[in-house]
Amino acid sequence: MSFWFWHGLKKGVRSTHYPREFESAAGVSPGRPVATEFDSAAEAVVAAANCPADAIVARGSAAEVKLERCIYCQHCHYGNSHLLEWHSDYEWTMAVPGRGKYQPLPTAYHRSLHVIVVDAGDCGACLHEVKQLNNPLYNMHRLGIFLTATPRAADVLLVVGPVSENMRVPLLKTYEAMPAPKRILAVGACAINGGVFGRTFMSAGGVASVLPVDLLVPGDPPPPLAILHGLLAVTGRKSPVLQAASSEGNS
Amino acid sequence: MTAMGSSQLTPLQRIELEAVAAAVQAQFGSGISVERGSRGVALAIRLNEANVLAALSKALFWDIGCSFGGLIVEELSDRWRLSYLFLASGSGWIEVVLEVPAAVQAVPSISAEVHAADWFERETEDLFGLRFEGHPRLGDFILHDQIWPEGVAPHRKPQRRSVNVHQMHFRRRPNPDWRPLLVVQDPGSFAMPVGPVYEGGIGESLHFMLETVGEDVLRAVPRLFYKFRAVEKIAEGQQVSDVLLLAERFAATSSFAHSLAFSLAVERICALEVPKRAANLRVLLAELERLRHHAGAITGICESTALAVAASQAAIIEERLLRASCEFAGHRYLFGLNTPGGLRRDFVSRDFENLTGAVDRAVEDLHVLEDRLHFTSSFLDRLEDVGVVDPSKARDLNLVGPVGRASGRGHDLRRECPYGGYDGYTFETPREAEGDGYARLRVLFQEGYASAGLIHQAVERMEPGPVAAPCDSFVAGAALGWAEAPIGSALHWIRLDGSGVVERYRAITASFNNWLGFHAAVEDFAFQDFPIILATFGLSATECDR
Repeated sequence: MSFWFWHGLKKGVRSTHYPREFESAAGVSPGRPVATEFDSAAEAVVAAANCPADAIVARGSAAEVKLERCIYCQHCHYGNSHLLEWHSDYEWTMAVPGRGKYQPLPTAYHRSLHVIVVDAGDCGACLHEVKQLNNPLYNMHRLGIFLTATPRAADVLLVVGPVSENMRVPLLKTYEAMPAPKRILAVGACAINGGVFGRTFMSAGGVASVLPVDLLVPGDPPPPLAILHGLLAVTGRKSPVLQAASSEGNS
Repeated sequence: MTAMGSSQLTPLQRIELEAVAAAVQAQFGSGISVERGSRGVALAIRLNEANVLAALSKALFWDIGCSFGGLIVEELSDRWRLSYLFLASGSGWIEVVLEVPAAVQAVPSISAEVHAADWFERETEDLFGLRFEGHPRLGDFILHDQIWPEGVAPHRKPQRRSVNVHQMHFRRRPNPDWRPLLVVQDPGSFAMPVGPVYEGGIGESLHFMLETVGEDVLRAVPRLFYKFRAVEKIAEGQQVSDVLLLAERFAATSSFAHSLAFSLAVERICALEVPKRAANLRVLLAELERLRHHAGAITGICESTALAVAASQAAIIEERLLRASCEFAGHRYLFGLNTPGGLRRDFVSRDFENLTGAVDRAVEDLHVLEDRLHFTSSFLDRLEDVGVVDPSKARDLNLVGPVGRASGRGHDLRRECPYGGYDGYTFETPREAEGDGYARLRVLFQEGYASAGLIHQAVERMEPGPVAAPCDSFVAGAALGWAEAPIGSALHWIRLDGSGVVERYRAITASFNNWLGFHAAVEDFAFQDFPIILATFGLSATECDR
């Protein structure tokens, strides 16, 4: 039907200018809680106790945030006393502590990065946000990032979900089928440490307990631009900005 | 788009509880005792002997015309409690309760009479080790046979997380000799495996064996539960507030509906009165979620037919609704809003103006998209007469949600069994008779428009007041909560002890119901139609797997 072509053209270019410019449209990101100074140490302890995911740590009179543990329950955002400040950005990819400085893929990958996505027990939100990167508003193809159909052609393994027991073997097989050099990106709180599902007989409690993760994208779910930031960090076009707490991994 | 076959639709009939009670009393006499239900259940039928179960289920489902809701199994201290839920249209839930001593290892199966109970019985057998006599195929369901040995029953009580579960912990090696069950045995037939890691784009983890003799696929039964995370088991022993986080996060594309059903169940146990403002806000948020979900489902259908421009435009509508949700409520998937007693935050009139502006724009764009799709014959050719589930099959397999409504079913809990704040709202529940991919697409569009209408009504009805009743103390007990999630009915059953610790949590989801009926749509079809049928069903694997 020829009219589709015409209607498509008429809509014009809708894509964001990120990473060239900061995208500031309302609602592109839920933001994130950040370290907040309280009047006393006791108040910081109260603020930390609000968090059901142990993502807030009281240190003196400040409440510090381990974003990689945050499940976006919003308990420190509204509906409680001792709330934290929130920043409305989305560049929060983290390097994995204890694995040294992250080695980005060589520059040859800058404009040709092939990603395979494995859903290892995700709730649907992270997967859905990865899917949004393909819509015209984000359009990751313009940055040379492509989803690939086969692990044989993939450079990055993007994993969402806490690694359910039934998905563990398919995940390992996918990783083994990928050629080197390869990187693993754990997207979402569940992929980082199991999130609300934790470590049980059916959940490995994060990708790190079965595979060597390279970069973490916290969030529950991380918005599309945060995932895009993670993919740009894989090739070194952006650098991981936050440092994960040293105890992270598979607790 | 007009409903061509609307004349074939059978009118919906209200089922009166008194009539049900009289009918089953007359037929089963002393085999059962009928009493008024409580805490979400309208009528409770207790079985005095197990052997009338199948006949009673058959009478309720086929003779009286109830829908099947699901099976809730509880392992109480000295006995099994099996509760079969049936929905009497317009009157509420009927619970058939079978209690047997803890030592019993097998109960009668009802799958031969009520086909929709098939997967519920397989699930119970896998997780609790309770056998169903007469069921033709138990085993290899949730615990995949290539990794799990037979005889493991992880949902049994003594095997609590801390005690036993780590003994069964992962890192067992899969059995290399395991082979999937194939039914088509013609010479020259073969099976094409699809999934669980998709060869193309992004898909949820599930697996199909497309059994084929060449061009046409004869049979494609989904193999699910790759994403099983034992949500119901890990909820046990946790506080209500922690289980709420789980209920919200096991299926994020309908997270508000699930947290709503969960909250309603807790409110029933604790007899909490939800303030009027909270009830209206819940309607607004639930309908916002439905509109966004349906925009996403429409995107999926356009993508599956490779109509790239339409898919892009639908995706823009969806992304704008996600942004509007985030701007309004602080989270793109509406996490962190529901709480037993109401909502965790309030909104100001400026928020409502922004939201209704975004919703109106989305509806306008959806109308434009629908009109254009209606004139795209190459698109319609791929949807019409594809993946047909006729009304009698939909009734047989108890399809719910938009998929059921596209096959003539009137199953909509907002109307049949009102909950939350839906009393007094006026809205249409679209129904179609064809049951093909195109009918499902039409239903999605119509429901989207109806949701936008409900959002406007909710804003008009908004009255000042508190948004939550305080929920400080808990009482021991169990209750059922339900909500019409975007994909269909969601039922949450919770048993609490007096301190607010969850003893049993059961989530029955629409996807579980509809995946069971999916095979009816994929019998004898062409290879290239498979993604289209999958997209028009729009089912979620994570909601099914839990």
